[in-house]
Amino acid sequence: MNEIRTADSLGLSREDLPNSYIGRSVPRPNLPKLVQGRATYTDDVVLPRMLHAAFYRSPHAHARILSIDSAAAMLVPGVVRVFTGADIAKVCDPWVAVLAHLKGMKSAPQYALPLDRATWQGEALVAVVADSRAAAEDGVAALEVTFDPLPAQTDMATALAPGAVVIHPELGDNLAFQRTAVQGDVEAAFASAHKVVEARFVSARHTGVTLEPRSIIADFSRADDTLTVHLATQAPHMIQSVLATQLHLEEGRVRVICKDVGGSFGIKVHVYPDEVAVAAISRILGRPVKFIADRFESFGSDIHARDHVITGRIGVDAQGKILAFDIDDLTGIGPYSVYPRTSAVEGNQVVNLCGGPYDFANYRCSTTVVLQNKVPTCQYRAVGHPIATAVTEGLVDMAAHAIGMDPIEMRRRNMLRDDAYPYTSPAGMRFEGLSHHASLAKLLELVPVDRIRADQTAKRHKGVYRGLGFAAFIELTNPSPFMYGIGGARISAQDGATVRMDPDGSVVVASGVTEQGQGTETILAQIVAHGVGVAVNKVRVVTGDTQNTPYGGGTWACRGAGIGGEAALQSAIALKDQILHVAGTMLQASPATLDIMLGEVVDKTTGTPRISLAEIGRVVYFRGDTLPKDLPREFVQTRHYITKEYPFAFTNGIQACWVEVDTATGMVKVLEHWCVEDCGRVINPMLVDEQVRGGIVQGLGGALYEHCVYDEQGNLLTTTMADYLVPMAAEMPEIHVGHVETPTKESLLGAKGAGEAGTAGAPGALMNAINDALRPLGAVVTEQPFTPARILRALDAI
Amino acid sequence: MSARIDITLMVNGERVSRSVEARRHLIDFLRLDLGLTGSHAGCEHGVCGACTVRVDGEIVRGCLVLAASLDGAEVTTIEGLTDSAEVADLQDAFVACNAAQCGFCSPGMVMAAADILRHHPTATREEIREHLSGNYCRCTGYQAIVDAVEQTLATRREDRR
Ligand code: FES
Ligand code: FES
Repeated sequence: MNEIRTADSLGLSREDLPNSYIGRSVPRPNLPKLVQGRATYTDDVVLPRMLHAAFYRSPHAHARILSIDSAAAMLVPGVVRVFTGADIAKVCDPWVAVLAHLKGMKSAPQYALPLDRATWQGEALVAVVADSRAAAEDGVAALEVTFDPLPAQTDMATALAPGAVVIHPELGDNLAFQRTAVQGDVEAAFASAHKVVEARFVSARHTGVTLEPRSIIADFSRADDTLTVHLATQAPHMIQSVLATQLHLEEGRVRVICKDVGGSFGIKVHVYPDEVAVAAISRILGRPVKFIADRFESFGSDIHARDHVITGRIGVDAQGKILAFDIDDLTGIGPYSVYPRTSAVEGNQVVNLCGGPYDFANYRCSTTVVLQNKVPTCQYRAVGHPIATAVTEGLVDMAAHAIGMDPIEMRRRNMLRDDAYPYTSPAGMRFEGLSHHASLAKLLELVPVDRIRADQTAKRHKGVYRGLGFAAFIELTNPSPFMYGIGGARISAQDGATVRMDPDGSVVVASGVTEQGQGTETILAQIVAHGVGVAVNKVRVVTGDTQNTPYGGGTWACRGAGIGGEAALQSAIALKDQILHVAGTMLQASPATLDIMLGEVVDKTTGTPRISLAEIGRVVYFRGDTLPKDLPREFVQTRHYITKEYPFAFTNGIQACWVEVDTATGMVKVLEHWCVEDCGRVINPMLVDEQVRGGIVQGLGGALYEHCVYDEQGNLLTTTMADYLVPMAAEMPEIHVGHVETPTKESLLGAKGAGEAGTAGAPGALMNAINDALRPLGAVVTEQPFTPARILRALDAI
Repeated sequence: MSARIDITLMVNGERVSRSVEARRHLIDFLRLDLGLTGSHAGCEHGVCGACTVRVDGEIVRGCLVLAASLDGAEVTTIEGLTDSAEVADLQDAFVACNAAQCGFCSPGMVMAAADILRHHPTATREEIREHLSGNYCRCTGYQAIVDAVEQTLATRREDRR
């Protein structure tokens, strides 16, 4: 089943086999336009009669809206109309973001613009529409809105305590979701343990900061009752379905177009109330309406993520064998669960993933998901993974230290064996095949551990504190309907690809997965070139248009290569079969004796060219009369793919981080970083490597700098990029990436996801490195971000 | 709402005359008034560098410059830089090294890197990182961008010998 011709399998180097593109570092064909400023992002699109929306956003974390006076705003030159929540609600239904399989989950109905109450600072309350964004902003400034401020529930620790402000009284309390997984006898395991180590970990609230802000143009045409939406999104079909439902339109009359997208990372896979409001406004006005968030409003309205406080215990025996994990997670998600993926998923992932790389028998993990008056949180790159990894790997390191064992040896003794699969984890996750030991071995080829340890010792004598930290991880990719579909969300786990050959022998592939810079279109071109047998530059790729691509889920949870790629491969092979069938008839040869190489039908055994695809195309399209009447000649083939055996294709990897901590200033300098990951079949090593690096930088950013800071009243204090710090080139290290390949047997391609591995492991590796550096000083940090103040506090220096 | 001011300037070698609102910043002027959408607005408060363009030979943050102040100025955007082929080798290196993912930072990054090529022909990797530290990229790990600039510098030095 898993036999696919690649250069390796034929014993050739990649470059020796021009017809094989799987595993080759093909440069991205869409890069020249990006570096020449010729891309088309949503804000670059201008439509006739287009209006611009700006929003009045709540200055309060929690307040009753008493009145909205738009008289002065309407006098502002250029302002066309003002929309309140009640205006929008006439054409747009509210939604409730729960999933049936997350048992007991609750959330309140959320309107595109709230009717009478603001529940977080930054929530869009009133829309002003004008002939330019500047005029719309002038209109917003001229609005008179009065409030009755209400007490805000901001601290997640008190969200369920008596006296808490219940944000939605109809829900009874602020508990959105709770789940506990138990396996084995945890208490007995701890009672029998040689050592038990306990710690409290914090993953701060951060956000995605896509360089392109959220962007939408909604264009409702009364002429044909269609809503065309240009949107920077990861999931066009999901948005199509949601907008149709909320606005009472037929799904087929909503078209979502998504051209170039300036970064996503999960930020652009959700339904945002202000964007739905824009669609509703266009529906009312019958004109195109554009909304581009500015950075200030992005910080207060893009989803936030993480915000978890975790206490964890690990029990080990005298030989360092892990006996049990016991973990309690608490997370605050804002006032509403985010539609339609819900905000309970990150906590749920923590429960699914803690302890993931290890062989142990006893597990207890719970998550408690509570409401609060802050920006709603939801799925952001590596959902739950960086949290689970930091907690697991932090505890493993502490346990190793407690019994005096080297952290590498501790991992070697406890990681699941490479021949242990299939395996079901104590959290109930099913692993088809992982490679923890091979990945560790590969990492140790890359990391000069002895040299680093010697340097560490030498530097300590000079008062310079350096540390080396490790973090092994598992990552969930290629999700099946078990992620969202079974919970009732209209989010496709299946994806399709249509591959066609045109008369000139060129090939076009249309796919339901999308591109936001990962290189989706490049790997689709490679796969199709490989599958059909043409040069990669003969393949054009269409994505991001619900009207012109097969239905699919889009790109999230690392499914682009594994799901979309497999659909593309299968349809490419089907097209090749069809072409060979026609070629066989034309050449009076059995199709089985023919092959396609670089756009030529060749004799399979000798490689002798017989006829070009362009010639076949010419005959089929223009001189079909010369072919037998009953010859099938559909040079368009569509195949769909969905994973069926496993709910998720798990990947694994391990990272190492080498840091220097300045004990006088508390500053951490990351000196070098390594990652070995196993994403199954690697389609384009160059793309995977830089994606892993980008993920690591995002993980390091969250662990070192990034923090959405609130005061006790629920005022967001970090609303510019000067307050919310993101990693820049100078602070970031050189990052070395290695691979182990354990292809999934579920597909011919064998690819799993790669986009989140970097973010999953980096914070844990960094934390362990810092603590390794600080160990001689008796200091430990477990609260992210590891700011200079926190480091100095751990050192008792402030 | 604010007063309008007449300006005449050179943009990518072409003379442009417009009447602009006093508050219009250069990026909005380029994007909205001239249709030069290659320059991007990522933060509009001077941190991210997505709006980097050249004014009178020096790179500036287009979001911090008022168009009204540019009467008589010479502005070069990514479109003009590309047309002039001044950094064609750098752009090729960006492609070869996979130094862009979503590409939203890329025009600003190329403008900033072009400045390194002009003023710091012997920059080390560390200096390249330092110099690009006003340009935020959320997608890459910066490493491929540094590789692309480093390679271009090296090739240019080779060629000069
Ligand atoms: S848009 Fe000018 S620096 Fe960010
Ligand atoms: S490539 Fe996306 S921000 Fe740099």
